[in-house]
Amino acid sequence: MSAETAGSIPSTHTPNVRMLKFAEALFVPLVALLVSAVLFSLFLLIIGKSPVDFFSLVWTGGFGSSFSIQQSLQRSAPLILAGLAFAIPARIGLTIIGAEGALVLGGFAAAAIAIPLVTFGIPAPLTWLLMALIAMVTGGVWIGLAGWLRHYRGVNETISSLLLSYIAIAIMNFFVEGALRDPASANKPSTMPIGDAYRIGSIPGTDVHWGFAAGIVLAIALYILMSRTTFGFAARMTGGNVRAAQAQGLPVGLLIVSCCVIAGCCAGLAGFFEVAAIHGQANASLVAGYGFTGILIAFLARHNPLAVVPVAILFGAIAAAGGLVQRRMGMPDATVLVLQGIIFVVLLTSDTLYGRLKFFQPPVGGDRT
Amino acid sequence: MDNSIFIVLIAMLGGAIRVSTPFMFVALGECLTEKSGRINLGLEGNLVLGAMVAYAISFHTGNPWIGVLAAGGSGLILGALHGYICKLPKVNDIAVGIAIMSFGTGVAFFFGKPYIQPSAPRLNSIPLGDWTGNASLAQALQVNPLFFVGILLAVLMSWAFANTRWGLIVRMTGDSAASARAMGVSVDLVRFIATTIGGMLAGIGGSFLSLYYPGSWNQGLSSGQGLMAVALVIFARWDPIRCIWAALLFGAAGAIGPSLQSVGITQGYYFFNAAPYILTLFIMIASARSKGAAREAPGELSITK
Amino acid sequence: MSQFNLSRRSLLKAGAAGLAAAALPMGYARAQSPIVLGAVYVGPRDDFGWNQAHSVAMEILKQVPGITVIEEENVPETDAVSQSMESMINLDGANLVLATSFGYYSPFVVELAKKYPEVQFRHAAPLWKEGDPTNAGSYFCYLNQGHYVNGVAAGLSSPTGKLGFVAAKPIPSVLSNINSFLLGARKSNPNATVQVIFTGEWSMPVREAEATNALVDAGCDVIGCHVDGPKVVVETAEGRGVKTCGHNASQAPLAPKGFITGAEYKWSTIYSMYADLLAKGEPLPNFVAGGFHNDMLQNTPYGAGATPEAIAAADAAITDLKTGKPIYVGPLKDNAGNVVIEGEMDNYDPVLDGMNYLLEGVIGSIT
Repeated sequence: MSAETAGSIPSTHTPNVRMLKFAEALFVPLVALLVSAVLFSLFLLIIGKSPVDFFSLVWTGGFGSSFSIQQSLQRSAPLILAGLAFAIPARIGLTIIGAEGALVLGGFAAAAIAIPLVTFGIPAPLTWLLMALIAMVTGGVWIGLAGWLRHYRGVNETISSLLLSYIAIAIMNFFVEGALRDPASANKPSTMPIGDAYRIGSIPGTDVHWGFAAGIVLAIALYILMSRTTFGFAARMTGGNVRAAQAQGLPVGLLIVSCCVIAGCCAGLAGFFEVAAIHGQANASLVAGYGFTGILIAFLARHNPLAVVPVAILFGAIAAAGGLVQRRMGMPDATVLVLQGIIFVVLLTSDTLYGRLKFFQPPVGGDRT
Repeated sequence: MDNSIFIVLIAMLGGAIRVSTPFMFVALGECLTEKSGRINLGLEGNLVLGAMVAYAISFHTGNPWIGVLAAGGSGLILGALHGYICKLPKVNDIAVGIAIMSFGTGVAFFFGKPYIQPSAPRLNSIPLGDWTGNASLAQALQVNPLFFVGILLAVLMSWAFANTRWGLIVRMTGDSAASARAMGVSVDLVRFIATTIGGMLAGIGGSFLSLYYPGSWNQGLSSGQGLMAVALVIFARWDPIRCIWAALLFGAAGAIGPSLQSVGITQGYYFFNAAPYILTLFIMIASARSKGAAREAPGELSITK
Repeated sequence: MSQFNLSRRSLLKAGAAGLAAAALPMGYARAQSPIVLGAVYVGPRDDFGWNQAHSVAMEILKQVPGITVIEEENVPETDAVSQSMESMINLDGANLVLATSFGYYSPFVVELAKKYPEVQFRHAAPLWKEGDPTNAGSYFCYLNQGHYVNGVAAGLSSPTGKLGFVAAKPIPSVLSNINSFLLGARKSNPNATVQVIFTGEWSMPVREAEATNALVDAGCDVIGCHVDGPKVVVETAEGRGVKTCGHNASQAPLAPKGFITGAEYKWSTIYSMYADLLAKGEPLPNFVAGGFHNDMLQNTPYGAGATPEAIAAADAAITDLKTGKPIYVGPLKDNAGNVVIEGEMDNYDPVLDGMNYLLEGVIGSIT
């Protein structure tokens, strides 16, 4: 029902129609954001706070200076990858909500493989490459397993990926507090730190780490894969109707498992960057909820890999601004949760407007149902 | 050693009775919603909001049962919100569910701040095990009335699905919207009502958390129980009675970790604590391809296509 | 500097004024500039536990003229904490940051301290060591002294001598609390044991309640705990009719029948000391360690669960701790039979910060 909306515009449309569609895709979310702002202002007025203060602080904290913008981008880095991890399986009709587990396990695997590599003094770029690879493989296997169980054993992928996610966290905790614990990590059990020399730094001229760039590159690559290749076409067709795809002779099982593996790779890569750019080791802080935020980001981006990027940045900005709001207005952290909740609900509700605003419809008739 | 096994078994029995009730209510609510052909992943939000509202109202009124009612009311509102939004064309029910989860927990955390510290009146339990003469067995058999309400509800739902006009309408709406429409049934209305009542049940489940077990309100109270309960419905194959078994199994498995530590089996407690998840996964894999698995899923569900 | 190194544990005893002056660049020497203090909490400020203890004490700093306090809660121990602290510095002009969670220190506080040498960072765990940035520092209250007092009182309030302990994670600060609880109990009852159950999470109310029930089922008649919010443990134990010891804040009203006493922080002592120094324009010490001897801990007023002998013994134990009487007196074995402590350990000996064993008499395992 949902997956076919965004990407499957028939290519026979004239450029003019494409422009209209694009304008609609910009207009609807903007209206939704405006409505959310109005609703949230009402909430603020009821509890006796000033909406003007609030939104000017959100602007300052999210986008108001180059510092704020960099913060927003940095915070969005894991979210882009997590969003992709949900969006890709969604295109083939799967609801995978276990990216969190693949992220955690991928990050853990990267930190674990780094221990011998760093000990033997393998050059940093090669170490990163191996860490990233093992993280992606681990994540890919983890989500791929959910896809495999779905297709070959008939196990519902939503529940299995959620369960696998809890199990992944238990595995990580078991090793981090047991066999692979760095004895020096006294009060915060962690694996051996990779050390400053092996930390991935920031993109030159910024404070934003390389995970952000990787996210953008992957988003573009996956957009091309899903929209411009036979693989993507077959996957979308399977997402639209599995039986029809099977009747056409498409390798449905392979497609499903592949999409899941891609998703797991994205999540695992996010875990790698958390370890290599942020923590320098694996510990319980890897469990930060990025995987779950990614689900909403993907939905708001209508499972379009390119759209995941701006939506993730918006989320990053809200998170960055949330801190400023807390500090300046003395409001609890839950304020941002309420705002996010309102934005989600309104944005998703606005989906119903697509195709119903006359202004954006092609002049000759319409494909109303 | 026999004694240890006995202790663990009693703990599992007690855990099943103590921990299962919120799972039961959320799962039954979700079962009703999904039977009508819609999925509401957001019942975690109803659960958390229900827990907060129940505690707050019990604190102010001094009567925990009013708190339970209020929790049902708050869940009802969130459920109705979900039901209404998903009625609109092109709106994805799974996504709206996750959005409502975020909204519900946000509201609960925001307004729940003043209730973390005070002590509110809790629900009482019925001592059913005093005849055993064994203190821990008697304790395990302290049962909250909501536990029985949940079981009764499951029996009632199961009977109603099979034998009443209403049950038939809900099932038909879930299996094929087209044929329901052909019979003159308003699909949107049926789903709206099913989602609303489902939301209410989840809210009541929340009141059990804050007013009975563990019997406290704070932000970490639920730790994902609502999400897991939604998953249990798929595990239970949309059968209210099996939802009860699933909830009991999950509650019992949750008691394994702490009770094994209490009898001295302490190695690898992370895995024992993850036992409910591991067990559920294995049972799902083992039973997935059994006959009729596909037949039992409501045909209209977007999650089982 | 070597003198400094040796006595880093007793900074407060020696009086903060003369210390570490060399370590501070400019900053507060110019005094009169306004101070913006940023406080970061890992959970909600009103969690009835660790964060609330800090937040309540922070109110004292808000009273000091010339100090603006800005606070941010629910900041996870990830990149988010760097971002928050940096945002405080850049957008709010914070020049003193108090980071109140263990996991904030490395790498986050350390890296920011290098990046912003003109900003002071203080972190609530005994982690700062020589070689770390001099504009960073640590402050910590050794709550295990409080759990020792709990143990002394519990040992004399328990008919069976079987004590239980619900713990979050097997990390040194938790293990030290468990071991001190045992040593306190053994002081008054040489046969006492402490059975421990780890929940694996700082806050997991259902599992905490299950663990409490499991301990009571196993025959424990006094329950102590170290989790973020002890409310669930204390109320569950009270409901089962056993006695309890508190942690972090006063849980006495939650258990009118069985509450014995509890271990509480007094962060206000450290924060007032900081406020005084800041007001005078003097540098903050790099390391502050506290316990009963310098008024950084207190025990919750005794509840109905404490027997008169228990009260007398606990009061005596506090007096002993104030004079520096050590808790860990060797030879002590861990519960696998290895000797882990040979002689007498000072209560602030850094070796204890790395504790990774449970003492003989504790039933449980850390893996």
